[in-house]
Amino acid sequence: MHLTRVGLTDVRSYDRAEVRLEPGVTLFLGANAQGKTNLVEAVLRAAIGSSHRVSGDQALVRRDHDLGVIRLEARTDNGRRRTLDVEIGSGRRTRTRVDGNDVTRAADAAGVVKVVMFAPEDVAVIRGDPGERRRFLDDLLGQRRPAYVSTRSDYDRVLRQRNQLLKQARGLSGSSAEAAVATLESWTRQLVHHGATLMAARLAAVHALSGIVRDTYHDVADRPEPVTMAYESSTGRTVQADPGAGVPDPAPLAEELRAALAEVADEERRRGITLVGPHRDDLVLAIDDLPARTHASQGEAWSLALALRVATHDVLAEVGDRPLVILDDVFAELDLTRRRRLADRCDHWDQVLVTAAVESDVPLRAAHVVEVTMRDRVSSLSPRGEVAEESA
Amino acid sequence: MLYEGAVQDLIDELGRLPGIGPKSAQRVAFHLLQVDADEANRLATAITTVKETVRFCARCFNISEAEECQVCRDTRRDPTVLCVVEEPRDLIAIERTREYRGRYHVLGGAISPIDGVGPDDLHVRELIARLDDEGVQEVILATNPNVEGEATASYLSRLVQPLGVAVTRLASGLPVGGDLDYADEVTLARSFTGRRAVD
Repeated sequence: MHLTRVGLTDVRSYDRAEVRLEPGVTLFLGANAQGKTNLVEAVLRAAIGSSHRVSGDQALVRRDHDLGVIRLEARTDNGRRRTLDVEIGSGRRTRTRVDGNDVTRAADAAGVVKVVMFAPEDVAVIRGDPGERRRFLDDLLGQRRPAYVSTRSDYDRVLRQRNQLLKQARGLSGSSAEAAVATLESWTRQLVHHGATLMAARLAAVHALSGIVRDTYHDVADRPEPVTMAYESSTGRTVQADPGAGVPDPAPLAEELRAALAEVADEERRRGITLVGPHRDDLVLAIDDLPARTHASQGEAWSLALALRVATHDVLAEVGDRPLVILDDVFAELDLTRRRRLADRCDHWDQVLVTAAVESDVPLRAAHVVEVTMRDRVSSLSPRGEVAEESA
Repeated sequence: MLYEGAVQDLIDELGRLPGIGPKSAQRVAFHLLQVDADEANRLATAITTVKETVRFCARCFNISEAEECQVCRDTRRDPTVLCVVEEPRDLIAIERTREYRGRYHVLGGAISPIDGVGPDDLHVRELIARLDDEGVQEVILATNPNVEGEATASYLSRLVQPLGVAVTRLASGLPVGGDLDYADEVTLARSFTGRRAVD
């Protein structure tokens, strides 16, 4: 799919801006701090529900304003026009409209516009906390299957209720503690049910990604060391990725979760917190059998992060529309070989939005160039061709 | 700036109602200021009367104007089937189907540790007492299909089943009479999980 239009009202450094887009490569060109990343960040926020830079919408609204609006218009692979309008604001609920109709659940907007973004922040997926890698998997799965988003939010809700109950029971003793724990099993059942569904989906994603990540790392990084992936569950089991494996059956995973929860039951009661479940799992990436989190060099971490995003594109493209790709300030960080390898990849993607400060850093035959400039703290977008026409 | 005494009091009181924010409260208050005294009094009387005459059914905790509610007083109802709901409005929704001929039990909410609601805060003990007293053979758990409703259903199921009473849960799935492509993805995906063999 590709975006045909992006409209922003009071988002970050934009007051009112609109840009029409075509398939192929569009380069957003501008010096630093002119608003290039703000634009692609807004696209990502609308499409997947969160920014790659901040959590929460507050920072995305223009300074001294209460409400920002992001409007995306896209065309699907079979020519259907889709729109996604997201109102973001401080202190009020976000409002989301899909094809002009209000939707209430996050799941209803998931996957309407499929997008894969690669940005400098992605190095955190390799080097950061396990939470970064869980979010990587969850974002991918949410775009691939809308039902995943709702299972994930049900799981989070169950987890919060269960933690609250464990915390309440900790302060009690005797019969009142027993009464509180009498309902614990009801929450455990749901934790296991939703948790096994999440685990099965994540394992399937890790299996599907692993082959593509390995090949892309070879190709883009131009390195011979093998990259391997594994899913490290808080149940104590680590599953090695196998590109040939299918979607695991959730039933044995549920058994596994239940057994692991039974083992930590006493500790959970003592600490007042849920100790086992997909909220504590991790994705282990290794280069030449060394964990990338602790051993990867800066260059290796970059190449691996890029390989993860390329693989995400391919895995998302397997079901329904092919996603558009955003490369935010990426080329400047790569050496010449890797730049060229990445540019070759761009030819195979439906639509690529690239941001860069220096045009010559980007070895792409960019069909469209949009210049991003800021004046009086307000960013504006000027497509290069149109400017030329006006001055002629 | 605040309005003078009585008007501000009215706005404050209206603003405490569910689903009414400060802006709506202000709008309703000014509407009430403008209407006839008769119309305003009718609303006031309706509120007073409801608090004076309506209470909860001693048997099932549905809202009622007598000791027992309409459903519990109706002798044509099947006493062996009991449908458990969270709130009286859920009971009304099921009544509108005119399909169900058994009786009800209103819990008065769902288990939710975050809101400080446990089984003791719901009419669970009364439910268990009714099973034996009224010779109930089947309990239909019709709590909401969200995580709190599911937790409540799962808790009740483990409580009731050992007593030799059949326990069923309402199905969740596609709306009837609509086209598949109008169903939202989540509902459709859940219906897949809950699919059944065709007779």
